[in-house]
Amino acid sequence: MISEKEAILTLDGLNVSHGDLQAIFDVSMRFPRGKIVSIIGANGAGKSTLLNTIMGVHRPTSGTIAFEGRDITGARTSGIASLGIAMTPEGSRVFEDMTVTENLLMGAYLPAAKRKRGEQFEKVFSMFPMLKEKSSQLATFLSGGQRQMLAIARAIMMDPKLLICDEVSLGLAPVIIKDIYRKIGEINETGVSIILVEQEVRRSLQHSAYSYVMAKGRIVMEGASDALPIDEVNDAYFGINRFA
Amino acid sequence: MDILLQSIVTGVLLGGLYAIIGVGMSMIFGIMRLTNIAHGDIMILSSFLTMFFMQHVIGNPVAALLLTIAVMLVFGFCIQHFLINNVISKGDEPALLVTFGLSIIVSNGLFLIFGPAARGVPTELIRTNLINANGISVSSMYALNFVVAVAVIIALSLIMGRTSLGRGIRAASSDTLMSELLGVNTKRMYVYAMLLTVTTASIAGMLVGMTFTFYPTTGTQYLIIAFGCVVIGGMGSLVGTLLGGVILGLAQLVGASFLGSAYQQLIGFLVLLVILAVRPQGLLSKAVRK
Ligand SMILES: Nc1ncnc2c1ncn2[C@@H]1O[C@H](COP(=O)(O)OP(=O)(O)OP(=O)(O)O)[C@@H](O)[C@H]1O
Ligand SMILES: [Mg+2]
Repeated sequence: MISEKEAILTLDGLNVSHGDLQAIFDVSMRFPRGKIVSIIGANGAGKSTLLNTIMGVHRPTSGTIAFEGRDITGARTSGIASLGIAMTPEGSRVFEDMTVTENLLMGAYLPAAKRKRGEQFEKVFSMFPMLKEKSSQLATFLSGGQRQMLAIARAIMMDPKLLICDEVSLGLAPVIIKDIYRKIGEINETGVSIILVEQEVRRSLQHSAYSYVMAKGRIVMEGASDALPIDEVNDAYFGINRFA
Repeated sequence: MDILLQSIVTGVLLGGLYAIIGVGMSMIFGIMRLTNIAHGDIMILSSFLTMFFMQHVIGNPVAALLLTIAVMLVFGFCIQHFLINNVISKGDEPALLVTFGLSIIVSNGLFLIFGPAARGVPTELIRTNLINANGISVSSMYALNFVVAVAVIIALSLIMGRTSLGRGIRAASSDTLMSELLGVNTKRMYVYAMLLTVTTASIAGMLVGMTFTFYPTTGTQYLIIAFGCVVIGGMGSLVGTLLGGVILGLAQLVGASFLGSAYQQLIGFLVLLVILAVRPQGLLSKAVRK
C-alpha cells in the first residue's frame, strides 16, 4: 500500500455511473509522487471512465478525489488542469486544423505555462526533434505515432506535476510504442508523476513502479509492479473478463 | 451600360454593409454551431442605442458608437453567460429557442420604449457623393460602409488566426473536452466570441442606422440578409461572409437594374437558393453539411 503522505493523488470510495449504468464501483487508489503507476484492464473495464472522473468530466455519485491534499471532486475540468494535472485522452485528439506549433501553444495556454513557454518549447523540441521539423505543418497531416507524440508534447507544455496517459499505444507499431515509452520514462525522470493506462499486461508492469488491475469497474489487484506475478495479473485481468 | 456599371458599383458597396451585418452571425455559427435568431434584433438594438446616445448624450458619432459598444458588451456578456452557456451543452434546439425568445424580447422592448416610428442615425454622409463622374456616383456613406466592413473582417480574421485569444476560441470550438483538459475554460471562450460578435453588431448597427431608416421590427429583415451572407459564403468562414455579402448585394442591384427595384429582394434570395442547391456548404466553407 502507498501511504497517504507519499500520494500526489488519492481516490476514495469512488462510484461513477453513466446514466443508469454504473461503471465504477467503490474504487480507492493512491498514486505515489514522482512514480509511474499503471492501471491495467481489458476493454470496458472502466479505465477511461475513471480517468475522466479524475479530470472532472464525469461527476462521481459518491466518493472523493484529492490532488496534493486538496479536494477536487466535482471541480471544473479546466480548473483541475490548472492545478497541474495534464491528461492525454484516448486517441491523441490533436487540433487537426492547427499547426504543430499552434497545438503546442495550446498546451501553454494557462498563464503559468505561458510565462515559461520558451523554455518549455526547447524542452519539448529536444525530446521530440520530429516536432521541430514539422512545426509549421498542420496536425492533420501527421501520422498516428506523430500525433501521439504531439499530444504528449502538448501535455508537457503545461509543465504538469502529474501526467495521465490513456492508452498512448493504441493502434501504433511496436517500434513506435517503444519510443513513446522511452519518452515517458524521460519525462518521469524530470520529476513528473505519471499514470499510465494500458491493456497490455507485460508492458504495463515493465514500465511502472506500481500497478492496479481493474476489471468490471473494480480494482481487483494491486502491488509493486516487479512483485506482481504476471500470470496472476493475467488471471485477474482475464478471469473476471471471462464472465463479462 | 452606365446603369449596369452603377448597379455593380453600388451592389459591391452594399455587399460590404451586408457582410458586416453577417459576420457576427458567422462567428457564432462557426464557433458554437448556433444559429442566432436574435442577431438582427441585437444589431437594430445597437442602432437605437447609437441614435439615442447621439441625441441625448453626445453628438459625436464615434463617441456614441463607443458608448453603444460598451453597453452591448455588457448585454453580450449577460446573454452568453446567463442564457446561452447554460443550454449550449444540451443540444442544438434549446440554444436556438433561447435566441428566438431573445429576438422577441428585444424587438418588443424596442417597440415599447421607442414606439413604431421610423428612425435614423443622423449623418451628412448619406447626402454626399465621394465620386461623381462619367455618370457614376459613389455615395460617401456606401463607401464608408464598405471600407469599415473590410477593415472589421480583416481585424476579426487576424484576431481569430493570429492571437492567443483566437486560438483559444478555435480550440474550444473544435474540441471542447480537449481544450478543457488543457486548462481552457471553454464557456469563457464562448463569452469572448460573443463579445467580439456584439462589437461587430454595434458597428453594423450604426452603419445600417445611418444608411437606412429602421424600426423596432427591422431586425428580422437583417437577420435574413445576415443568414444569406453566411450561407452563400460558407458557415463560419469570415472571408466567405464578405464574399457572400458582395454576391448578395450585386445580385440585388444588378437584378433590379434589369427587372426593376420591386424585384430586388426576390432576386437576392433566388441567387441564395441557387447557390444552396449547387454548393450547399457555401462557397468558402471547408466543412460538409450533415
Ligand atoms: N459516455 C458513456 N455513456 C454510457 N456508457 C459508457 C460511456 N462511456 C463508457 N461507458 C460504459 O462504461 C463502461 C466502462 O467504459 P470505459 O470506456 O471506461 O472502459 P475502458 O476500460 O476505458 O475501455 P477501453 O480499454 O476499451 O478504452 C463500459 O461498459 C462502457 O460501455
Ligand atoms: Mg478507455
